[in-house]
Amino acid sequence: MAAPALRLEPAPPVLEARRLTLDYATDRGPVRAVEAVDLSVDAGERLVLLGPSGCGKSSILKALAGFLPATSGTILVRGRPVSGPGPDRIVVFQEFDQLLPWKTVRDNVAFPLRVARKVSRAEARDRAEAALARVGLTRALDAFPHALSGGMKQRAAIARALATEPDVLLMDEPFAALDALTRRQLQEDLLALAEELRFTLVFVTHAIDEAVLIGTRLHLLSPHPGRTLAMRDTAHLGLAEVGSAAFEELTREVHTLLFGSTRGHV
Amino acid sequence: MSELDLANAPADVRPLPPARPPFSLSKLWRNTGVRRLVILAALAAIWQGAALWQDNPLLFPTFTDTVSAFVEATRSEGMLWSALASLTVLLKGYAIAVALALVLVSGAVAIPVLRDVLQTLTAMFNPLPAIALLPLAMMWLGLGESALLLVLVHAVLWPFALAALSGFDQVPETQRLVGRNYGLRGPAYVAQILLPAALPSILSGLKIGWAFAWRTLIAAELVFGVSSSQGGLGWFIYRNRNELLTDRVFAGLATVILIGLVVEMVLFRVIERRTVVRWGLQR
Repeated sequence: MAAPALRLEPAPPVLEARRLTLDYATDRGPVRAVEAVDLSVDAGERLVLLGPSGCGKSSILKALAGFLPATSGTILVRGRPVSGPGPDRIVVFQEFDQLLPWKTVRDNVAFPLRVARKVSRAEARDRAEAALARVGLTRALDAFPHALSGGMKQRAAIARALATEPDVLLMDEPFAALDALTRRQLQEDLLALAEELRFTLVFVTHAIDEAVLIGTRLHLLSPHPGRTLAMRDTAHLGLAEVGSAAFEELTREVHTLLFGSTRGHV
Repeated sequence: MSELDLANAPADVRPLPPARPPFSLSKLWRNTGVRRLVILAALAAIWQGAALWQDNPLLFPTFTDTVSAFVEATRSEGMLWSALASLTVLLKGYAIAVALALVLVSGAVAIPVLRDVLQTLTAMFNPLPAIALLPLAMMWLGLGESALLLVLVHAVLWPFALAALSGFDQVPETQRLVGRNYGLRGPAYVAQILLPAALPSILSGLKIGWAFAWRTLIAAELVFGVSSSQGGLGWFIYRNRNELLTDRVFAGLATVILIGLVVEMVLFRVIERRTVVRWGLQR
C-alpha cells in the first residue's frame, strides 16, 4: 500500500538567525555590537564564526544560546523562534570553571541529563560514563574538577555537552586557554567525534587555522559593529589537508579578508 | 589517547620523610591536636599555681576545684541539661534566622530593589549588638523563649545574610550561565547552582552566625532563664554566682567554652573538609 502523499517541505535549518542585531548597554548609551547578521546551520554542519576581537562573534554565540537578548532580529531552532536559554543549545565555554566544582566529573556530565532531560539516575550515570569514555576521561570519573588539568576540564565539558544530545552545540573559543600541544590534540579529538556523531556545531574562534580545520563553513565577521564579511566553504579541508597548498591558500585568503594584508597569517 | 597534561597527582603528595623511630617526641609535637593539648595543660598548670598562690577560693577557685565542681554540677545540678536547654533554644533561633536570611538573599539576588532593602537593613542592624535588643524583646514578648528567639534571630540574620549575599555575588559568571543553559530558573537555580557555588561564603557566614548566637544567648540567659522549668547555661552561671559557688561559675564558663570549641573545631571543620575543601574551593 502506498504511503499517503506527504507534502514535503524542506526541513528548516537546525539553527537560524535572521537580521540579528545586538546592542550592549554602556554608561554612554547603547553600543552596537552586531548588525543585521544572517546565519543558518543545517544538520551535521560545523559553522565557524571567525573575526578579529570586537567583531561580536562571542556576542552572537551568547545570543544564539539565549543569554543575550537580541535588539532586533529572530533566532530559530528547527523553525521555532527562541527567546531564552535552553538545553536544545548546549554551550561549551572557554573558561575552565564551567565544570561545577562541587560535583565529580561523572556527576557534572550526569547533571544536565537529570535536570534538563529528566533521565533516571541510573541512566544518567551510564550515559555520563559513556560520554566521558568517548573523550578519554574514564580514569577521571570520580575526580573533582579542581584536580583536572585545563585540557581534561575542556574534555569533560565537551563530554557533558555531547551527553545532553542538544540540537546544536555552541562552542565559544573552547581551546583558546590551552597550550598549543593540548589544543591540537583536542581539535583532532573534536573532529573525530564530529565524524562519528555528526553533531551540529557553531564554533567561535579568532584563530584562522583552527577555523579552517574545525569548520565545514566559515562565517567571517568585520568589527565595530560586527557585520557579515564573507562566507567560505571549508568542508573539503580537514586534518589530512593541514599544511597542504589548498589549506594554506584559504588561510591566506581569509587573513587578507580579515586584516587586508597578505603578509603572513596567524 | 595520549594525554600530555595528565598532571593528575594531588598537589599535597609530598615525598615521604626519612624513616624515624616509631615514638619520637618531635613527631608527636608535629600533631596539631597534641600541641593544643600540651598548651591547654600548661594553661591549666598556670591557673592552678595562680589560684593556690592567691588562696581565695571564693573569688578564684583552683583548676582542680573547678573540675570537681564540673563533675558534681553535671551529676547533681543537671548542668548538662542546662546546656542542652540553651542549645535547643539556640538551634531554633539559628534555624529561623538562616532560613529567613536565605529567603531574603534569594529575593535580593532576583530583584534589584530587594537587594537595596537588604543592604540597607544589614548596614543598619549589623552594628547593633543583639543583646541591646533584649530589654525591648522582654517588653514585647515577656520573659520567655520568644524574647530569646527574637534576640537570637537578630544576632544571626544580618551577619549571615551579608555573608550569603556576597557569596552569591561571587559565583562565577560561567557557572551561572551553565545553570541557565540547562533551563534552571527560580528556586531550582538557587538550590542547584548558587547555593553550592556560594558555599564557602555561606559556611563562613554560618560560623560567624554561630559565634554571635552562642555569645548572645549566654548573655541573655544571664538576665533570665530559658523557661520556668529549665534554665539555660547562662542562668546556671548567674544562679551560682548569687550563691557564691564560684567554682560552679567557673565550671559553667568552661562548659560555654567547650561547647563553642566543639562546634567550631569539630562540627564546622568536618563540614568544610567534606565540602569546600574537597571541592578545591578552599584550602
